[in-house]
Amino acid sequence: MSAAPYASLKGMSKSFGSVNVLKAVDFDVRPGEVHALLGENGAGKSTLIKMMSGLYKPDEGAFTVDGEEVNFNSTRDAAAKGIATVYQELLLFPELSVAENVFLGNYPRTSAGTIDWKTVREKTRDLLDQLDSPELDVDAKVLTLSVAQRQRVEIAKALGKKARILIMDEPTASLVESDVQRLMSVVRQLRDRGVGIVYVSHRMAEIFALADRVTVIRDGAHVATCDIGDVDEDDLVSMMVGRSIESLFPKQEANIGEPVLEVRNLHRGHLVRDISFTLRRGEILGIAGLVGSGRTELALTIFGMTPAREGEILIDGKLVAITSPTRARDLGIAYVPEDRGLQGLVKPMTIKQNVTMATMANVSSGIFLKAGEEARRALDAVRRLSIRCREIDQTVSELSGGNQQKVVIAKWLETVPKVLILDEPTRGVDVGAKAEIHSIMGELVKQGVAILMISSELPEVLGMSDRVLVMSGGQVTGEIDRADATPERVGAAMTAHRTKETAE
Amino acid sequence: MTVNQASIGATPSRSGFLRRIAVEYGQELIVFSAIIALFIVVSIVNPRFISANNLTTIFAGNAYIAVAAIGMSMVIITGHIDVSVGALIGVLATISGSLAVAGYPIWFAWLAPVLVGMAINSFIGILVAYARIPSIVVTLGAMSILRGGLISVTGGDWITDLPSGFMIAQKRFFDIPAPLIFMVVLTVLAALWMRHTPFGRSLYAIGGNKEAALATGIPIARRTVMVFAIHGAFAGLATILFATQLQVIQSTVPPNLELTIITASVIGGVSILGGTGTVIGSTMAAILFATIGSALIFVNVSAYWLRAVIGLLILATVLADMWRRRAKS
Repeated sequence: MSAAPYASLKGMSKSFGSVNVLKAVDFDVRPGEVHALLGENGAGKSTLIKMMSGLYKPDEGAFTVDGEEVNFNSTRDAAAKGIATVYQELLLFPELSVAENVFLGNYPRTSAGTIDWKTVREKTRDLLDQLDSPELDVDAKVLTLSVAQRQRVEIAKALGKKARILIMDEPTASLVESDVQRLMSVVRQLRDRGVGIVYVSHRMAEIFALADRVTVIRDGAHVATCDIGDVDEDDLVSMMVGRSIESLFPKQEANIGEPVLEVRNLHRGHLVRDISFTLRRGEILGIAGLVGSGRTELALTIFGMTPAREGEILIDGKLVAITSPTRARDLGIAYVPEDRGLQGLVKPMTIKQNVTMATMANVSSGIFLKAGEEARRALDAVRRLSIRCREIDQTVSELSGGNQQKVVIAKWLETVPKVLILDEPTRGVDVGAKAEIHSIMGELVKQGVAILMISSELPEVLGMSDRVLVMSGGQVTGEIDRADATPERVGAAMTAHRTKETAE
Repeated sequence: MTVNQASIGATPSRSGFLRRIAVEYGQELIVFSAIIALFIVVSIVNPRFISANNLTTIFAGNAYIAVAAIGMSMVIITGHIDVSVGALIGVLATISGSLAVAGYPIWFAWLAPVLVGMAINSFIGILVAYARIPSIVVTLGAMSILRGGLISVTGGDWITDLPSGFMIAQKRFFDIPAPLIFMVVLTVLAALWMRHTPFGRSLYAIGGNKEAALATGIPIARRTVMVFAIHGAFAGLATILFATQLQVIQSTVPPNLELTIITASVIGGVSILGGTGTVIGSTMAAILFATIGSALIFVNVSAYWLRAVIGLLILATVLADMWRRRAKS
């Protein structure tokens, strides 16, 4: 493992506005190695990847490929140098066939200049066979394939471009366990053929099984690069987090009271199946699970966006029928969505208008809105949640991600909820705002609010929750108390399958 | 207000009144300035332009467009569109005139177009909100049905011999033409309603981000049906002005009326993408069209240029809107 690096980045820096996302990071990839890239969400991994694949240009730093300095202006430039990326959200065209996707943009031509479909299909077949995927039909439309199959099409696409470096961004995040094993064997095979692989993942097991070297970055800075044999899991976690989890997630003690929300045998489609749990006053119940495990779908069902088909929901011990978000809101349920731009905010409107949007009836005198009362409430919220803004009549689109998130939370606190559902409350917010949001959660549970928190960040789930509910395939696969909640136990439940008692 | 200024200190507060006006009513101010500028320039060229007679023509003769544009603005702000309103006004005018000629009480002949307009548009609203058919498709269909139905039923006959009590658009109160009073009062009421009620606010929220409005507990389906119904009521009120200004009611739909109404909304600052704009803007834009139309005559330019000028205004306005959105994001 001492070959010269094929691609090498030195002192890469990048800022967006005033935010310094990468600070002089070094990184390199050698042919025939798997180099794992580790870091918390928001540490700067995706920015680094995007520079290597030509999507972002660095503000500073030198990037050399095969010994010569390069300056990518587009992903095409990167592809020409043999760098290909398989993103988490796969970029395939569902209506086109596998073969059409694999060679999209560089179809082989016949002498007449038309696309040589025969060669396209033969070469695609060949590439898929190299990936041990003889079952994949080159003429199948991509929309008929599973996620794992689509991923292999993406890899074939990269190989079709003669990739020397393959960047894989959390390739196993949405795969089930059997597909993970298969993907790992594909990765090993590619490595043995001399492809350099940049492997981004949060899963320690995979990293220790696959990687030759590992690089950790934190808050945009390079922490360490070492051979996998020289470190163990604890080393990596402490490098990633930089402090102990307890100090990062200041869990505040709150008195846990009587049940507020009881869910019994809830059903809604294949991602919400037979779900039962109880949430108590002053409690934070974390929901862990992989992408596609049904966490968000469960939240949407409880909140009435996609009402339940079967099962019971009880609020304060009384059976309720939640048929719409309006009904859920009136019952004291609040939902801070996963995607604040899509479901949280009305961006052309002002902070004030967004803050009072769920409680307009409370700030109106029968017919008209009371301007003074509305402004007073908005100012209160801005101060209480330290929303950084110029004025309350500023449109929310001008705010940073963290402050936008606080506006969504403020809107729901105006309703004085009994149950607050937070779906990825700190995704895409900076470290400071994240800590503030966590301390707001602490304040709320002290006041007796019950919080249901969905998070993809395991440290957040473990650090903030009193109890952890783990979901997989639309079902609950584990319910673990704070004291017993270790990354291993939660991780195991995340990939577990409850097959024996599946409905029908 | 019970805000304790001292405790706010350096934290954000409400911004100054004039600045808010400038930011929130940018397009309205531009349209208003254009009207004033036109008046000044054309009056210098031809002083008869500001004669009382011509002013009455400008304001009163086109008030029905402004009234219909109020409802249209509400629909567009909510994120929808209605291309059938011209045909609807044609149908409602025939219903109203027929009732008046047939000897029904005058009040009934006035009330009928408002109620029928609400009924027809509620149905459109239900198709849009519950059957989830895009409003452009539903109203294109409605336009064909209303137009075709009108010609078939009337056989192309005009309604004449309208009773004089029916002709409200020709009346004056306190020496002010009735259509002008209609236009001003309805615009002011609708503007207050849109700006200062939870209902109006929810329309902006739905147009600005339908998903977020739904996830905030705003009943968007019900609001959608209601905004179409209200739009139908304004179409009915516009019909009263339209049907009573001349001694005859033609059984054909005024050509391009729906486009003129939609254009008034858009030039008045209502974003075609929904979520922003005011009814004050659409009323001022309706006045602007009337002023341009009249001005072209007074400076001896063919009135056919009116549509071309309005077309240019539409493109300029939409470009400006896109610009503003891009600058913001």
